[in-house]
Amino acid sequence: MLSRVADSLYWTSRYLERAEHTARLIDIGLNLMLDQSAAAVERRWGRLLESLSAPALLTSSSDAYIIAEAMTFDISNETSIVACIASARENLRQVREQISSEMWEQLNRLFLQVKETRLDDIWNVSTHEFFRSVKDGAHLFQGITDATMNHGEGWQFIQVGRSIERAGATATLLDVYTNELLMRSDPEAPQRNYLDWVGLLKACTAFEAYCKVYTADLRPERVVEFLLLNADCPRSVRFAAEAIQSSFQAIAEATGTRKSGRVSRLAGRLRATLGFGQIDEILETGLRPYLNDVRRQCAQIHEAIVQTYVAYQVETSLAS
Amino acid sequence: MPSDTLNATLSADAPYDEMFGADGRCRPQYQALYKRLDEIPREELNRRQHAADLSFLHQGITFTVYGRDEGTERIFPYDLLPRIITGAEWETLERGLTQRIRALNLFLKDIYHDGRILKDGVVPAELVYTCRHFRREMRGVDVPRDIYISVVGSDLVRLRDGRFVVLEDNLRVPSGVSYMLANRQVMKRVFPRLFGNYGVRPIDHYGTSLLSTMRALANAVGTGVADDKAVYAYVPAIIRYYLGEEPVIDNVETYLMTDEAQRRHVLENLDRMVVKAVGESGGYGMLIGTQSTAAEREEFRRRIEAAPRNYIAQPVLALSQAPCLVEGEVEARHVDLRPYILYGEQVTIVPGGLTRVALRRGSLVVNSSQGGGSKDTWVLNE
Repeated sequence: MLSRVADSLYWTSRYLERAEHTARLIDIGLNLMLDQSAAAVERRWGRLLESLSAPALLTSSSDAYIIAEAMTFDISNETSIVACIASARENLRQVREQISSEMWEQLNRLFLQVKETRLDDIWNVSTHEFFRSVKDGAHLFQGITDATMNHGEGWQFIQVGRSIERAGATATLLDVYTNELLMRSDPEAPQRNYLDWVGLLKACTAFEAYCKVYTADLRPERVVEFLLLNADCPRSVRFAAEAIQSSFQAIAEATGTRKSGRVSRLAGRLRATLGFGQIDEILETGLRPYLNDVRRQCAQIHEAIVQTYVAYQVETSLAS
Repeated sequence: MPSDTLNATLSADAPYDEMFGADGRCRPQYQALYKRLDEIPREELNRRQHAADLSFLHQGITFTVYGRDEGTERIFPYDLLPRIITGAEWETLERGLTQRIRALNLFLKDIYHDGRILKDGVVPAELVYTCRHFRREMRGVDVPRDIYISVVGSDLVRLRDGRFVVLEDNLRVPSGVSYMLANRQVMKRVFPRLFGNYGVRPIDHYGTSLLSTMRALANAVGTGVADDKAVYAYVPAIIRYYLGEEPVIDNVETYLMTDEAQRRHVLENLDRMVVKAVGESGGYGMLIGTQSTAAEREEFRRRIEAAPRNYIAQPVLALSQAPCLVEGEVEARHVDLRPYILYGEQVTIVPGGLTRVALRRGSLVVNSSQGGGSKDTWVLNE
């Protein structure tokens, strides 16, 4: 497979996953902040924006309209939904011959829909409908991809892109939320922070899934365990790590070369880190360093992908 | 022109209006809603009602109508306009409901142990022992933390003078919690800015824990005694007996059919009474005198005389009314209020609860099985 093809498919998928994640968080933010005090709203927006790596200028704002505008429709803000979808589309456009026309059409349609919407059109009534349509649009793209594209190497790169992005996003969310929530030491904290924990779970579409396992009794250590180590929750870090590893296994089998060695090793290590992690030990030795380690490993996998499949030297490739 | 439609319903013997004072002025807590209703084009209002209905339909929030073939499923009618309760009004309700659940728990513990209240003649022993829900096998049995009732959904109505009174207490798994949560969710979706600017107390926390409490643990066996409609009549006495306090929230005046004088009075005035079977709920097995035919009254007279213990009667009440969106028009409809009270380590009450609406014009029956709907209930921070 051509390196530029792998690169484009990988990035299309990452950007689209990021757009979907941002749409979900802004939607939840707008909804959860409605019945909160001004101080709580400011704190919660700050946290939410930090987890999205929003521009520093924005993190000091707690004006819902300004935030929604900047994070959704401002194309000059590279973390905005429209900018992410535009980047996904540019990447996909370059490999149109490698994908199905249905995939292209769906992504293009999503881009045009977002680009043509103005915040004022949706602000008073239907922000929720709008963000849901963005999430649905991204999910539809995944479904169409699964249904219309050969599940070969290119398809695997799409899976990898999504999972890498997702592992990083969930780890970042956990870091930003728990850093503050676990620190507060007053005995009433779990009660008072209930909405924050609900918000965190909802940010990972995991609230209902969590309740099915543990009921609505939200315990911080369980929430962290669920989002970090649960094997079945599709937005948990562990789930993403397993998906990354199995994709690379498939890629290695398909290409039959030894060049995937380093990536496979790194992916296997991340999977093992999470697969054998014990929540009580992690909390004991520090969640923050653990999450930092997970994120560092994700970054290493990303670099290894770029080196191995995108920016590799011709000689290295021939030698192997 | 929602204002015209609404003001037109005011008259001297009108029920309490949640939105308008007796002088025809909009109450302060409703002013922002009133203004918004005046500004918003009617088609926009209908569009949002439609969006709300669709949301319920898509979520599959429907209910089943009993007593008919093919268990018909219907969307639970949702009224777009919120019912608003001030912080001060809520403070009184909270005190009254807390007092009530405490007293009822002490009552249950007592009747299944020493029976002091029966020996002292405050509540007739016969009334308790003849209750269909009295469980002999629970006598002397200790329940965890002495809590018999962990969840109550009391039905409150508001009288002409603006006072809330308790119409009945539902202890046997009060329904509607999930509707309450769904109503709020939909409200936040279709009226996000109005809601956001109003300063409404959140219900998510209470609501969810209430829902999980109800799933996890039921009220103890034998608590049905305390929502026997004949025992209900004694709740004010029960509160005074155990807590030595006056009830913060009164009962509706209730006639016991076992008492001969009271029975005679009711039978002579059946057309102005509501007659309820003591062990039924959901609006079944009742007679609303003002809306009954002579044949129906005759039927109830016969039933009451045959089994007086099975019936109680209350005067027909003028339930308060609140603005509702009915087929595109804003009109006043009768409402009640069902707050949910949770008794665990402490008493927790969801701010608000379920406001049920009798959607048929003039109707006083709010039960979902009898053509009722519901609306989101806002308790304001201030």
